[in-house]
Amino acid sequence: MDFEKFHREESGRILSTLIRLLGDFDLAEEMLQEAYAIALQKWPTEGTPANPRAWLISTARHKAIDRMRRNQRFERKAEEIAKTSEIAARPESEREEEMFADDRLRLIFTCCHPSLPMEARVALTLRTVCGITTEEISRAFLVPLATMAQRLVRAKGKIREAGIPYRVPLNGELQDRLDGVLLVVYLIFNEGYLASSGDALIRRELCAEAIRLGRVLCSLLPNQAEAQALLGLMLLHDSRRDARVSADGELILLEEQDRSLWHREQIQEGTGLVESALRRGATGVYALQASIAALHANAKTAQETDWPQIAGLYDVLLRTHPSPVIEVNRAVAVAMARSLEEGLALLDELEKREELKEFHLLPAARADLLRRLGRASEAAEAYRRALTLATNDIERRFLQRRLVEIESQRDAQL
Amino acid sequence: MEFLLLIYYTEAEWAKLAPADHAALYQEYGQLREELTGKGKFLGGSQLRPTTTATSVRVRDGKRVVTDGPFAETKEQLGGFFLVNASDQDEAIAIAARIPSARNGTIEVRQLAVRGQAKQA
Amino acid sequence: MQFLLLIYSSEAEVAKISQAEMAAMHGEYFKFTEEIQKSGNYIGGNPLKPITTATTVRVRDAKRVVTDGPFAETKEQLGGYYLIEASDLDQAIAVAARIPGARFGSIEVRPIRPIGQAAQA
Repeated sequence: MDFEKFHREESGRILSTLIRLLGDFDLAEEMLQEAYAIALQKWPTEGTPANPRAWLISTARHKAIDRMRRNQRFERKAEEIAKTSEIAARPESEREEEMFADDRLRLIFTCCHPSLPMEARVALTLRTVCGITTEEISRAFLVPLATMAQRLVRAKGKIREAGIPYRVPLNGELQDRLDGVLLVVYLIFNEGYLASSGDALIRRELCAEAIRLGRVLCSLLPNQAEAQALLGLMLLHDSRRDARVSADGELILLEEQDRSLWHREQIQEGTGLVESALRRGATGVYALQASIAALHANAKTAQETDWPQIAGLYDVLLRTHPSPVIEVNRAVAVAMARSLEEGLALLDELEKREELKEFHLLPAARADLLRRLGRASEAAEAYRRALTLATNDIERRFLQRRLVEIESQRDAQL
Repeated sequence: MEFLLLIYYTEAEWAKLAPADHAALYQEYGQLREELTGKGKFLGGSQLRPTTTATSVRVRDGKRVVTDGPFAETKEQLGGFFLVNASDQDEAIAIAARIPSARNGTIEVRQLAVRGQAKQA
Repeated sequence: MQFLLLIYSSEAEVAKISQAEMAAMHGEYFKFTEEIQKSGNYIGGNPLKPITTATTVRVRDAKRVVTDGPFAETKEQLGGYYLIEASDLDQAIAVAARIPGARFGSIEVRPIRPIGQAAQA
């Protein structure tokens, strides 16, 4: 058997169950490591057990009981754990699958508990649910390893000391808490999708993990339409992964992307999920964003994009989830759907607002509309303004490129 | 009259103390509690876990808003409380001054709003 | 587990509400307290007088330093507390969210450090 692959795919599930059995994150992680070490020794010579998962859980559990019995302070706890029923070392059964699924869901809700700081929720979910190493997480978030390790230690400490339970919230709370879980998953995805620097491979891994988590949530909570919408949204964005950055690492706008590089099967799956979520009455932020993403993804060419419908969806988003990004995107959609002048007028209105003064996407969007209108000098000025505000390297290089283009165009006009 | 004595100290400083110092402080706290209990002046009190374990809860428009961390970030943090019975404000202040953490932290003395209602806390 | 639920609200805002509203709120607090007594969550709890009655005590170089006012000036002020027993943080949060003050103020949920357990501050 491919041990590496098994470790990667199964660690999250096995750990979820061990945490429930042992009631302690650190102990569960440590014992699982020990069980893996024993497996590495035994399996090659004695053969892989019929149910490797159950074997690892049972071995880790015994290790934990032994260790606790040796320490007087934990003797009572050891007996409690010893009393819990042993997992039969028989091949995977349906009930066992169910147990793993329940444990997984418990762990996700615990790691995404609202009384943990957001950055700790993200890190803890990646570490314990997805089984990504602390080192990889620290590289993905450009945080020193020691800082990330400390963050995880604190989060686990809070779970233990503040009494954060290891269970799926009751019906009355499920909706609220699920929103928090979906947000963590979406943040993980965006970290991979939008981050400008850091290791490209790890960023891709983050997107893949977020999608995997989305799938887990959809299969464990099949009636949650917003979870479906989020998975659809992530699949639709991710379908463009090979087209949105050029070979030399430059950002390529949606309109200029080679659509043959888009992953069709992912678009199909994503679109199906969005449609199903909408049929079930999803009207949340993910459903609306996913609907927009589906319209983009299903346009054969940039010209065929259904801008009027996109503008309408942004209207709804603006009413329900107002944010500067939505404001700007809506204005752009109006420009494309109705007229460039109308969109520009909306952006000009936004420029008057104090809280949007430092928002780089606003001059960047204005610059683009001015460029389309052939007002080269004004466009250049707006690009320069955007450049003074943008901090993301990849975006800065894009704006710089556009500025050079527009300046040469303007010079040609003179 | 009943008073709530809120005990603030710097958690980071507390965490730095050696185990022997912790033990000595706990003993001092224990003695004060015992003495006050003997005089019928101690109604209750506990040490809190550090603010890293705190959660804040608000309800707005019928929706529960849960955030991590304490209500306010302060230089010293609420680390515990005593609920005491004192004949007047001066006695409450005198008791507050004897709380070990008064030496490196701060004790806030607050009077209960309804007299004679204080139960064990 | 025991939890201290600290109730913060703006005294200035509370001072503005009418007598009828105030009476209704007292009724709500009374009913809530009764409910958590019945459910077994209640251990203790008290409202506090406004911070105009607060005094702060420190001892520095063995000298008592007494100042008027609370430990920290905050937009909302500590106005009362409940001490509760809950199975875990989620239950504590659920109780906190039912405190009438949660609708216009903030509730800070702090786990109590059990006596005799090594300091983990």
